[in-house]
Amino acid sequence: RPEPNRKSLEGAESPYCPATFHNLQELRHSASLANKVFIQRDYSEGTTCRFQTKFPSELDSRIERTLFEDTVKTLNNYYAEAEKIGGQSYLEGCLACTTAYIIFLCMETRYEKVLKKIGRYIQEQNEKIYAPRGLLITDPIERGMRVIEISIYEDRASSGSSSGSSSTSGTSAR
Amino acid sequence: MNNCEYQQIDPQALSTPIPTPTLPQPTVVVEKEKREKARKKWEVFPGKNRFYCDGRIIVAGQSGVLPLTIGLILVTTGLFFVFDCPFLVKHLTVFIPAIGGVLFVFVVISLLQTSFTDPGILPRATPDEAADIERQIDSSGSSSYRPPPRTKEVMINQQVVKLKYCFTCKMFRPPRTSHCSLCDNCVERFDHHCPWVGNCVGKRNYRFFYTFIVSLSFLTAFIFGCVATHLALRAQGGRGLMFALQESPASAVELVICFFSVWSILGLSGFHTYLVASNLTTNEDIKGSWSGKSGAEDTVNPYSYNTIITNCCSVLCGPMPPSLIDRRGFVPVEASSQTSATEMELPMLPVKKETNVCAQGTKDLLGSASRSPCPTTGKPQPVAAADPAVTFNPALISDPAAMPSLTCGGRHHSHTTSPPDEPRHHHHHHNRHHRTRSRRGRGSKRPALHISNPAYNASLSPPSSPGPRPSHTGARDPRRDSIVALH
Repeated sequence: RPEPNRKSLEGAESPYCPATFHNLQELRHSASLANKVFIQRDYSEGTTCRFQTKFPSELDSRIERTLFEDTVKTLNNYYAEAEKIGGQSYLEGCLACTTAYIIFLCMETRYEKVLKKIGRYIQEQNEKIYAPRGLLITDPIERGMRVIEISIYEDRASSGSSSGSSSTSGTSAR
Repeated sequence: MNNCEYQQIDPQALSTPIPTPTLPQPTVVVEKEKREKARKKWEVFPGKNRFYCDGRIIVAGQSGVLPLTIGLILVTTGLFFVFDCPFLVKHLTVFIPAIGGVLFVFVVISLLQTSFTDPGILPRATPDEAADIERQIDSSGSSSYRPPPRTKEVMINQQVVKLKYCFTCKMFRPPRTSHCSLCDNCVERFDHHCPWVGNCVGKRNYRFFYTFIVSLSFLTAFIFGCVATHLALRAQGGRGLMFALQESPASAVELVICFFSVWSILGLSGFHTYLVASNLTTNEDIKGSWSGKSGAEDTVNPYSYNTIITNCCSVLCGPMPPSLIDRRGFVPVEASSQTSATEMELPMLPVKKETNVCAQGTKDLLGSASRSPCPTTGKPQPVAAADPAVTFNPALISDPAAMPSLTCGGRHHSHTTSPPDEPRHHHHHHNRHHRTRSRRGRGSKRPALHISNPAYNASLSPPSSPGPRPSHTGARDPRRDSIVALH
């Protein structure tokens, strides 16, 4: 049974110019990690997986509020779809029960399929929206579905690839 | 700012400037990985579980009485098939061994799945996450003299639920999660730790466990009935029960085993059917979280869907959540520099007593002829943070530039994952107290201390950034303070 693609951030090769960091690899190598923001879980609706959409203050100068909220809301929708109990999940469950759950060894469950979609979505968001702003989202599955970890990178003063906007945003973050 | 200053103090500790903290590391780590062969996450798993088949199979640290369970089931069913079935097939019907066989297969498969499946273990918080949570606790708390209470309240479906902080895993436990002391893990939707099955029963394997006990109760009842029928048929014609037992002594064994198991297993099945129907866990039922026993009036189970069918379906037929611990994935490079240092360091921790060794390590690094040995005031600190030189081992000084970074990073890692004075109320303050004591006792060791510091700060993936970020853990405070003091 194939593992969901956990390495959603590796090998992001497509350059996305014109931007401060042209791609994720450049972000990794030319910037230094300044801070990490953790978006916690929202338990108001029970134990289903949801993340808080409250905009953290550390990201205030780095990204627009609406973009951030869109990302989190889309992720919440994906998780809700994965954990939905309805016709298809009952069918899957009953079928599994009759085969003494052996089909779990052979088949990819719906949850795993949705997790792959989430991995691709996060990678796409990183490439298009977050990396150009010096941010990086870590897939929650790598943190035990407890938090969405957003790493804030600052361009190094000595690095030649930094443009004016990044260094000013870097200094403003201080 | 601080990074540049660290660099100026001690250029020989690092071959490249601080702003590229990742560069010196991968070269060393890659070498170490080539020597060690890239590790999989199950090899560095912090809980007490054991893994087989390259991480595919997970069992709890203690297997409990699982061999006994398997033995009893195999023996009873084996005796049944060998001694009772021929008679019954001849006199009754061939379906008897068929049904017995199906039930037996169900029992064994669900038992193995319950035992070998990850019950829903939550991976421990990464050091950054733990530091962030600590910061939030500190900032939101307490000007009071008591240490801040480590609970957080959330509203779930209009019901107030208290989330507790887990000192081992360094995070606030999600609702319905509990820490199993036998396995040393936090498990989601923790039901109980079952010694018969040798594993915790949690979110991911509850359906297997339920299938196991239901099919086992059917199997034991079936065998009991068949054996009783067998003996009754043999005893017909006035020959008596003793005669029947003499002809088929194995049946007596089966009868005894089944008689005693059927009551307990049936009782357990009934109890768990009740739990499933009301969407409760054994843990919650015993503690009386939602039945109002704890004194709060008007507590309702906020997780229940209020219809039996929906509850049953959501618990037993819901989607199968994935395993969060990713046993067979590879440890990532940044983390592996810390974890491989932990692996290197663990055998060295008992070496704390050998202060001569640490003195030699310091000597080699500093390149100075004589240095006093580590002062004993530094030694009794339970956390190795007090003695940066303690973890140096002359055998590993082959790469002095990278070594301090690895050991310091490793030490930090081991500090956060296994603090010796754990679930005490004064945990946080206790550690701070240790830090201040160690700071004062370290006069002669300043140079040794500041060798390790820039590397220490460089090796951690979030280096102390020049910014208003307060230091997260007590371990970093004295370093920064002593560095600042040196200017």
